[in-house]
Amino acid sequence: MAAFRRAGFELKDLSAETVIEAKGVGLVFQTDDGPVEALKGISLKIGRGEFVSFIGPSGCGKTTFLRAIAALEHPTAGSLTVNGMAPDEARRKRAYGYVFQAAGLYPWRTIAGNVQLPLEIIGFSRAERAERVARVLKLVDLDGFGKKFPWQLSGGMQQRASIARALAFDADILLMDEPFGALDEIVRDRLNEELLKLWAETGKTIGFVTHSIPEAVYLSTKIVVMSPRPGRITDVIESTLPRVRPLDIRDSPEFLAIAHRVREGLRAGHAYD
Amino acid sequence: MKSVLPILTVLMALVVLWYGATVLLNAQWTRDQAARAGVEVGFSEILRDTLSQTRPKLPAPHQVVAELWQSTWMEEVYGRRGIVQSGTLSNRSLIYHGWVTLSATMLGFAFGTGLGILLAVGIVHSKAMDLSVMPWAIASQTVPILAIAPMVIVVLASIGIKGLIPKAIIAAYLSFFPVLVGMVKGFRAPDAMQLDLLKTYNASRVGTFWRLRLPSSVPYLFASLKVGIAAALVGTIVGELPAGASAGLGARLLSGSYYGQTIQIWAALLAAATLAAGLVMIVGAVERVVLGRMGMRA
Ligand SMILES: Nc1ncnc2c1ncn2[C@@H]1O[C@H](COP(=O)(O)OP(=O)(O)O)[C@@H](O)[C@H]1O
Ligand SMILES: [Mg+2]
Repeated sequence: MAAFRRAGFELKDLSAETVIEAKGVGLVFQTDDGPVEALKGISLKIGRGEFVSFIGPSGCGKTTFLRAIAALEHPTAGSLTVNGMAPDEARRKRAYGYVFQAAGLYPWRTIAGNVQLPLEIIGFSRAERAERVARVLKLVDLDGFGKKFPWQLSGGMQQRASIARALAFDADILLMDEPFGALDEIVRDRLNEELLKLWAETGKTIGFVTHSIPEAVYLSTKIVVMSPRPGRITDVIESTLPRVRPLDIRDSPEFLAIAHRVREGLRAGHAYD
Repeated sequence: MKSVLPILTVLMALVVLWYGATVLLNAQWTRDQAARAGVEVGFSEILRDTLSQTRPKLPAPHQVVAELWQSTWMEEVYGRRGIVQSGTLSNRSLIYHGWVTLSATMLGFAFGTGLGILLAVGIVHSKAMDLSVMPWAIASQTVPILAIAPMVIVVLASIGIKGLIPKAIIAAYLSFFPVLVGMVKGFRAPDAMQLDLLKTYNASRVGTFWRLRLPSSVPYLFASLKVGIAAALVGTIVGELPAGASAGLGARLLSGSYYGQTIQIWAALLAAATLAAGLVMIVGAVERVVLGRMGMRA
């Protein structure tokens, strides 16, 4: 089943329809200590069904760029479109689901209650909500936990619930800002594996912020390397790895070659300091 | 069980202190009386007399407890005007006066809480209200309630409003403020990330209020309700002090001091304190149930 869907969406992938397009995007924060140039001259195209990682040292504007795509920040230069629309319009059309670094589940709602939060706001019927909650909880391997409260779950499970929440409505873009950053490496490995599976099953376009090189290489079809002050892109790497990736692919020469290039890109960015 | 022991220890210490103070404060009167009668008094006589005067400066704890018992159970059950014999509460019993105070307190508390919550909703959603209402709310609490209460009573009496309502207004005046402050903080408790999350769903302000701000504010609500209900009780009692009030714990305090009935004053005070403690405990019990239902352990 999954293989079939994957085949279908790989065919679609060939059409390479652009979902997110940035042309010379710049973003300056006005702060009390003067302007902070968080992004400068960001140009990038993200096609439908791609898995794009943003990697770079902290403060290089990864979060800011992801938030700009989500219309939570507004570029001060250049142009940015999501599904051919202004980000604000795309946000109003609920074009994306956003996963923050902290799960941010409501402590007063059960896991199922949390997952159906966007569905209530969007106005799905009760029956449809129940059906979707059951489906996405299964997707993130949390079936049976719907009635539990967040504090009864481990950090990794809470983050999975927050991913389920972002998947519950029909946004075809998933934006994730260091979603596994606060988790230990073993949990992280498993969630990475599951995320790839989920991506294959849903065909979503994913924007993923990380500062782990192996994580970026393992997950992505495209790796965007960024550097700070001002935040800009130093390298864009198209992955040559196959779409189906067992965990031990991380020991293959191909994987190591890509990781090496990412590291070079990060070093080049630092040379400016 | 663990929490009972410290409470009992403190209570014991207070009672001992109280007895000590009773002896010290009332001894002068005992000596004066003895001097007038031309007799010598020893320590044991002073001790006995100071703890059993009819109009002591400070009544002994057992005198106050006896008065409480007398003016509640005994009065209602055996008194000619008690509920057992007359069918209505006796106007000499603290149960009657306590009930009068309690009903005004509850009405004022309901008013005050409603007003506090409404103003907090406005302040959180409107910059203009934030800037204009808050200073006035703070100013309102700097005016001494003892100065305002008689004016409210007199002004309202002159347009024919008497009894429960004026006292409830004073109670509301005192209790809206803690609720307002607590709820503004509660409605603002959600952090930027939680607000951003709802923004990604394109949630409206109304949706954000009901789904995020209101539930987040519940712990703050209960904290302020505990302060607010005690403030409402104080407000009601103050509202019963100005001349004219014939019922309520405040009126009992006042009539006690008119006639030098210190024991009656202390009994009324103790009744008011018990009432306050009971009300705060009820709010606490509701808090535990509500937070428990919401999956948050209080
Ligand atoms: N709301 C803001 N106001 C002012 N400066 C900000 C704000 N958000 C981020 N910045 C600044 O913009 C730069 C990029 O931040 P960010 O996008 O969070 O980096 P990253 O996610 O890569 O660590 C940093 O210098 C940060 O201090
Ligand atoms: Mg960041």
